[in-house]
Amino acid sequence: MRRIRKIWPLVVIAGVVVGAATAATRSTNLTLVAYSTPKEAYAKIIPAFQNTAAGKDVNFSQSYGGSADQSRAVLNGLKADVVEFSLAPDVQRLVKPGIVASNWNKDAYHGMVTDSVVVIAVRQGNPKHIRGWNDLIKSGVDVITPNPFTSGGARWNVMAAYGAQIKAGKTHKQAVNYLVKLFKNVSVQDKSAREALQTFAQGKGDALIAYENEAFFAKKKGVALQYMIPTSTIVIENPVAAVKTSKHIKQAKAFVKFLRTPAAQQIFGENGYRPVVKSVAKKFHFPQPAKLFKIDAFGGWTQVQQRFFDRQNGIMVKVEKAAKH
Amino acid sequence: MAEPLAAPAPAAVRARSGQSAPGIGIGIATAYLSLIVLLPLAALVWQSQKAGARGFWDAISSPEAVSAIEVTLVASAIVALVNALTGTVIAWVLVRDRFRGKSLVNAVIDLPFALPTIVAGLTLLALYGSQSPVGVNVAFTRAAVVLALLFVTLPFVVRTVQPVLQELDLEMEEAAASLGAHRLEIFRRIVFPNLLPAILSGVALAFTRAIGEFGAIVLISGNLPYKTEVASVFVFSQLESDDISGAAAVSVLLLLISFGILLVIGTVRRYATRHDDA
Amino acid sequence: MLSRYGLRCFALGYLSLLLLAPLGMVFWRTFEHGFWPAWDSITTSDARHALYLTLLIAAIVVPANTVYGVLCALAIVRGRFPGKGIVNALVDLPLALSPVVVGLALLLLYGRTGWLGPWLTDHGIQVVFALPSLVLATIFVSLPFVVREVVPVLREIGTEQEQAAATLGASRFQTFRKVTLPAIRWGVAYGVVLTMARALGEFGAVSVVSGHIAGKTETMTQYVQAQYEGFNVAGAYAASVLLAILAVITLLAMTLVRRKEETV
Repeated sequence: MRRIRKIWPLVVIAGVVVGAATAATRSTNLTLVAYSTPKEAYAKIIPAFQNTAAGKDVNFSQSYGGSADQSRAVLNGLKADVVEFSLAPDVQRLVKPGIVASNWNKDAYHGMVTDSVVVIAVRQGNPKHIRGWNDLIKSGVDVITPNPFTSGGARWNVMAAYGAQIKAGKTHKQAVNYLVKLFKNVSVQDKSAREALQTFAQGKGDALIAYENEAFFAKKKGVALQYMIPTSTIVIENPVAAVKTSKHIKQAKAFVKFLRTPAAQQIFGENGYRPVVKSVAKKFHFPQPAKLFKIDAFGGWTQVQQRFFDRQNGIMVKVEKAAKH
Repeated sequence: MAEPLAAPAPAAVRARSGQSAPGIGIGIATAYLSLIVLLPLAALVWQSQKAGARGFWDAISSPEAVSAIEVTLVASAIVALVNALTGTVIAWVLVRDRFRGKSLVNAVIDLPFALPTIVAGLTLLALYGSQSPVGVNVAFTRAAVVLALLFVTLPFVVRTVQPVLQELDLEMEEAAASLGAHRLEIFRRIVFPNLLPAILSGVALAFTRAIGEFGAIVLISGNLPYKTEVASVFVFSQLESDDISGAAAVSVLLLLISFGILLVIGTVRRYATRHDDA
Repeated sequence: MLSRYGLRCFALGYLSLLLLAPLGMVFWRTFEHGFWPAWDSITTSDARHALYLTLLIAAIVVPANTVYGVLCALAIVRGRFPGKGIVNALVDLPLALSPVVVGLALLLLYGRTGWLGPWLTDHGIQVVFALPSLVLATIFVSLPFVVREVVPVLREIGTEQEQAAATLGASRFQTFRKVTLPAIRWGVAYGVVLTMARALGEFGAVSVVSGHIAGKTETMTQYVQAQYEGFNVAGAYAASVLLAILAVITLLAMTLVRRKEETV
């Protein structure tokens, strides 16, 4: 018993030594809290930033998860210096408690760092012949999309689907009916976009509604899928902001600035994101769907969040209920 | 394993001096307990009733909550019953049978205690998921929930029944056999009544463990509201949707169910062993 | 079917299908492409930090719960105080709670908007989304083991030897060290092994309070999940194998200690 007691201090010392050895010798540590998908892009962007004068002595800690989850975690005390989420409301939520400055989106890019579009991914060879939104509600089609109450990606998906109906001339009621039919075909709702991609890659489902950059990433990783951009779909805009209460606000802001430089935007582009810097975007020949619309078409996220995704009375609550079988 | 349902110890005879539980020890013990266990739970219970009785009821009676609780209770009940059978059989084989490698098998029983639940889930997914080499794919079905729960609850009944079986006097069974009873009858009339309290203990432990299980299920379940979402995953997602009171309410409900089960089984056990010697 | 052979087949078959085959599968998948690729997966900086963090947490939790466990067992068996029954029930409570619920409770106490939140923020102490909450969560879930293993042993050995030591003039502490402790040592050892296993394997509670900061607050179990979800199945399996090996070592320790307990 005494022997066992003697070992513990050694374990702790060993642990501390190992920990110290693997800890960086850099002075500043920035914590990046982001949504689930950009991990691979940042794996390249962060070293690029560290090669610049502004980023020379900066070390990074990163956390990735469902956009809404991460946003709430920051609200609940998760220390962050830079936040990047799937959609603007997840950053906006942090303004009132004073975590993010209220003018975070008053720059040339409206606070955005990357764009994307909602696409439909299907199995290699498209055995179920899914060509667009209307094929997703056919019987026997198994659709994967994340849970709209925890995942930012899911909310983009819902608005893309809804918006496509509206743009095709349907009424609001018909569009909501479409959503019910769609969710009847949804067999799995994961917590985040990345988890949904996981599920699809594991063999579940015939179609995955996803960010273009996620489908792109999966293909790169060898997942056997192909994806199509529906003729009518939504422009996804991902916001980034430096945290006002950061201890290293200067470096945080420098990092956010770096994300808009051609170097960083180039890396985003290589990872399947549509750069917000036009000159870089031109270099990647991203396909442009015929009917592209933005969230502004429905009153912007503040309105949409309230109307569709309010936990108690949102339209999606009713849709999920009606779709349960 | 320690007897989990024993009543608190009768007041020990105090030594005049040399008593090995100084008052300060008791003080430390209860202070630690309060800080680590009581306070967080108090915060939990308080949060669950923050929205009042109405709020509590609304939270636990929402369709998704009801479904999650139902999936959990049904799967746990199935698993508890299956374990009653398989656990007893395995304990029987470990005690009464003799074969090479038996001690190895005995050690393996504790694997679910030693293996992290997330790893357990991953191992089941590897063999019985979409990449299954044997063509068995239960991923994202309720069967997967049951499978994961069977894994994590395996040791409970085995370990509660084993010591009792070991203590059982073979004489009674041999006497019955010599009087012409055949094996099934012997089991039913002599062995089983002796095992019943232990089986019930194990079943209660397995059940309460199962209703709270998270790690083993989270990779397999698929998060399907109304289909394979279990209570713990539901609480997790409520938490992440900022419905803290709702999460707390369902948590408190789960806690009450656990307590209820332990109480009921404890009573049944005491009734079943009322004729036993102290 | 009820024959000896039939029962044995059933038992072994069940165990193989449920435990051994899946575990074997993971080992196979990990080393499918050789040892070195698996080694590479497990020695990334995130993996190393996750292992370090997990061991650090265990190094704090196990001694704490061991000391507490012995004290609490003494209090329950030998002590005489009001509310003893409650203490006994509370000790068993962590076993009945879902780990997610444990995490939630901790969040409600130590989170930014929790009971102690404002006080902690004012004093610049970060509990949730940092190491302290991981330690607290792990202490909570592994609390009962040493207590429950020591209590029956204490009851069994009775107070005679301790009383004898007292009459011979030994002080309380001497009695504890030389009489009580050696008598309960295998109970304690078994409890320590169970606590260690539980601490290494904790997932649900830490998932709620950790913040998933890779390289900072990501434990080994969370690393497995993160790798799996990042399509790094090899990394997930390799980390799982590491945890499985630790589990097997734990099993060995349990078996050895149990044998010692029985022969004592």
